[in-house]
Amino acid sequence: MPVLELREITKIFPGVVANDRVSLELERGEIVALLGENGAGKSTLMNVVYGLMSSDGGQILVNGEMVKIKSPRQAIDLGIGMVHQHFMLVEPLTVTENIILGREPGRLGVIDFATARQKVQEISARYGLKVDPDAKIMDLSVGMQQRVEILKALYQGASVLILDEPTAVLTPQEVKELFRVVRSLVDEGLSVVFITHKLEEVMSVSDRIVVMRDGKVVGETKPSETDDVGLARMMVGRDVVLSVEKGPSTCGAQVLEVTDLEVRDDRGLEAVRGVSFTVCGGEVVALAGVSGNGQSELVEAIVGLRRPSSGSLQLKGLDITHASARASIEAGVSHIPEDRHRRGLVLEFDLAENLILGDHRLPPFASHGIMHPSAIAGVAERRIEDYDVRTPSWHVLASNLSGGNQQKVVVAREIGRNPELLVAAQPTRGLDVGSIEFVHKQILAERENGKAVLLVSLELEEVLSLADRILVIFEGRIVQEFTVDEVDEETLGYYMTGGGGSKLDGEAEHVEMTEGDS
Amino acid sequence: MSETRETLPAQKAWMSVAQKVGIPLASVVLAIIVGSVIMWTSGYDPVAAFAALFKGSFGGPKQIGDTLLRSTPLILTGLALAYGFRANLFNIGAEGQLFMGGLAVAWLGVAVTGLPWIIMVPMLLLASMLAGAAWAFVPAILKARVGAHEVITTMMFSYIARYIVSWLVVGPLKAPGQIPQTVALPTGAQLPRIQTLFGESTLDALPFLNLGRTHLGIVVALVAALFVWFILKYTTLGYENRAVGFNPWASETGGISVQWTTVKALCISGAFAGLAGAVEVMGVHYRIFDQFSSGFGFTGIAVALLAKNHPLGVIPAAILFGGLTAGAGTMQLEAGVPQKIILIIQALVIFFVAAEEIFKWFIKRRQKEALSHAG
Ligand SMILES: Nc1ncnc2c1ncn2[C@@H]1O[C@H](COP(=O)(O)OP(=O)(O)OP(=O)(O)O)[C@@H](O)[C@H]1O
Ligand SMILES: [Mg+2]
Repeated sequence: MPVLELREITKIFPGVVANDRVSLELERGEIVALLGENGAGKSTLMNVVYGLMSSDGGQILVNGEMVKIKSPRQAIDLGIGMVHQHFMLVEPLTVTENIILGREPGRLGVIDFATARQKVQEISARYGLKVDPDAKIMDLSVGMQQRVEILKALYQGASVLILDEPTAVLTPQEVKELFRVVRSLVDEGLSVVFITHKLEEVMSVSDRIVVMRDGKVVGETKPSETDDVGLARMMVGRDVVLSVEKGPSTCGAQVLEVTDLEVRDDRGLEAVRGVSFTVCGGEVVALAGVSGNGQSELVEAIVGLRRPSSGSLQLKGLDITHASARASIEAGVSHIPEDRHRRGLVLEFDLAENLILGDHRLPPFASHGIMHPSAIAGVAERRIEDYDVRTPSWHVLASNLSGGNQQKVVVAREIGRNPELLVAAQPTRGLDVGSIEFVHKQILAERENGKAVLLVSLELEEVLSLADRILVIFEGRIVQEFTVDEVDEETLGYYMTGGGGSKLDGEAEHVEMTEGDS
Repeated sequence: MSETRETLPAQKAWMSVAQKVGIPLASVVLAIIVGSVIMWTSGYDPVAAFAALFKGSFGGPKQIGDTLLRSTPLILTGLALAYGFRANLFNIGAEGQLFMGGLAVAWLGVAVTGLPWIIMVPMLLLASMLAGAAWAFVPAILKARVGAHEVITTMMFSYIARYIVSWLVVGPLKAPGQIPQTVALPTGAQLPRIQTLFGESTLDALPFLNLGRTHLGIVVALVAALFVWFILKYTTLGYENRAVGFNPWASETGGISVQWTTVKALCISGAFAGLAGAVEVMGVHYRIFDQFSSGFGFTGIAVALLAKNHPLGVIPAAILFGGLTAGAGTMQLEAGVPQKIILIIQALVIFFVAAEEIFKWFIKRRQKEALSHAG
């Protein structure tokens, strides 16, 4: 008997059937990977199971019994836990406090912290989920925070765990670590539903693969019966080129010149410590590094969101060291921010309004302060079409798009602006294989057109397939530079974690620790 | 994702309007119901009371005129608050900006002489807007520069404005006589009553133009509402205002200066509050004194809330609040219900608008129940 069975689940949004009679079974001790294009309906289906959305039809059975799940609380009571792509932890509280939140042990409103702490430690030991129970959430890395989310679900007694794109924000090391945890969970008899866009993850971790397209289940397979290419074809309905071809770089005039740049982070600590490099037209330069080594601050300085404390920035000979974000956009810099919800989109704006953000003052969208709705709508329609944003129309609010389609809106806007320099941070985060292929082609097209591209990515595969030159950043310094054909993933990984001889401090030790675990 | 149930654009637009209007309307209806229960339990006849209230506010052209008279400043303060709210700013000190707008007009209207009406009046209106904006400027700068919360600063500035006016009307600007007030504006600086614009014969033929004390300020207010609607919908200024209100970080990425937008938003908000002061001085009292505003700046908060910060929604919301005060007298006279009951009903409307979340929750639950019965 399956622990969880979905029968003909249907969910309709205005203009979209997000789930069209979807049926799915999950056995005890099984890992099912849920795969599908952006907007296929994966998150919606899992939100229905977790009680975050009501369905418009269909049934849910838990351990063979028909249930109604109207709230996450009920889902938890039925042993269903979910970890969202955007974590829902309370930052200033400790790990233990977060885990027991809503289920505090104790009597008469007095929380028994000793018992709680002990129980948290028990669970973390049992599943090999090492974490400091007294650390504050805001001091933890993304990977650690995710671990806390999983612990929380386990503490609440989950026997079915839903993970919605858990690996999108993780470093390769953290991904390995997560998989080890997931395996130990199923060994203990839990069942896991795992949403991802990364085919190699699907192949390596799942027992069964369910593929969705257009709100329907279109196929089911096993890792032993298929490969990357077969999966991609099932998802997209056509053959996908998994690695893009690119010609030799034709380095033209120098576009970006960074000299001795120093930048401080929000806490006033030096995050970028004297960085110099150039990017020329017709070239993709990638910045590779473990997150938290100064990439974010460096990018923010280049695009005018953060004032450098010293050094200089030149764009085609123009000094942009102290340029505002607006001046930087007008000078020809585009920026795909790493966090689309915070920096990339106004979720309450419709797609047209989002697609012109940054260009909203300029013709053809506006002149003399008056906006031109028909020009805006025209461009919005074209960009939605070009970038295959799955939506009924541009009137839809950005908050109502699927995660990957939101990302496409940001990419469409920033590349559509036709910049001199494209600064792309995690440009394909959350995208399906077909869309990744498309965005990669767009980035390379910029390169062919003689534009400069600075790519920041945690995906070494992406770095290696797009970049002409790779700069390895560690502790705010560029510790190594490679041309793409003289380096492989392992070497990069070695330098990214401080292997190049730079001294190790606390952060680096932490990285080493997680490495040691795998 | 498959496209189904294609809805026509017109139908869609209608649905979205219905959705927007639904909850404020429900709040008003609920407020009336709860108000009735309160009256009934206190021994009054709610039906007679509401009938009298309606008669006193919309029963005839004179009554409608009275309602419009009271709605005029509320439309403007409602716009002031709504524009601020759209940038996520709570201009709770609109009353102070209103006082400064009124003061500017009461002083300039007397001090400047020799200009024809057609130049004088627009100049005064503009002056009141500048005065209101100026009064919001310091709180705006403090907010943008050091993050001082506008609720505190605009409130403090509101007290200062009121004390300045209190002092001026007993001191330097006091008119001769016993009463602490300024000298009356000459007719060339007044907003005339609507009915005086038409001759006897027109008024006889079109009796609905007999709008009592309603003055040209209502036209100013309606034009202002259209203007704000246009700003928010069709200008980069409004676009940036809304973007910053929703997500300042994404706005920053899009090259919008959050600080500068904040300053502009609070000053524009202040300008409309100042204009509210001007229409009261130029259309009703023709002078300024201590009590020339009956808390229009504060009622503007409720108006904006009820309008859900939509500039055109501000018009019916202000008319509702204006009508409640206009009809209160008749209600007391004919149904014997104390006028103060009106304050309770106003409070109830605000309460139910604010309790929108509760409505939403109810609606969702109903939908879910319906589904579980069906499936
Ligand atoms: N709250 C909502 N309102 C309206 N439409 C929605 C809403 N949430 C999702 N949709 C639509 O439902 C469809 C399925 O979305 P869903 O988020 O489930 O996709 P997904 O498979 O998780 O995609 P992704 O891989 O991009 O995250 C999309 O077309 C989306 O636009
Ligand atoms: Mg999703």
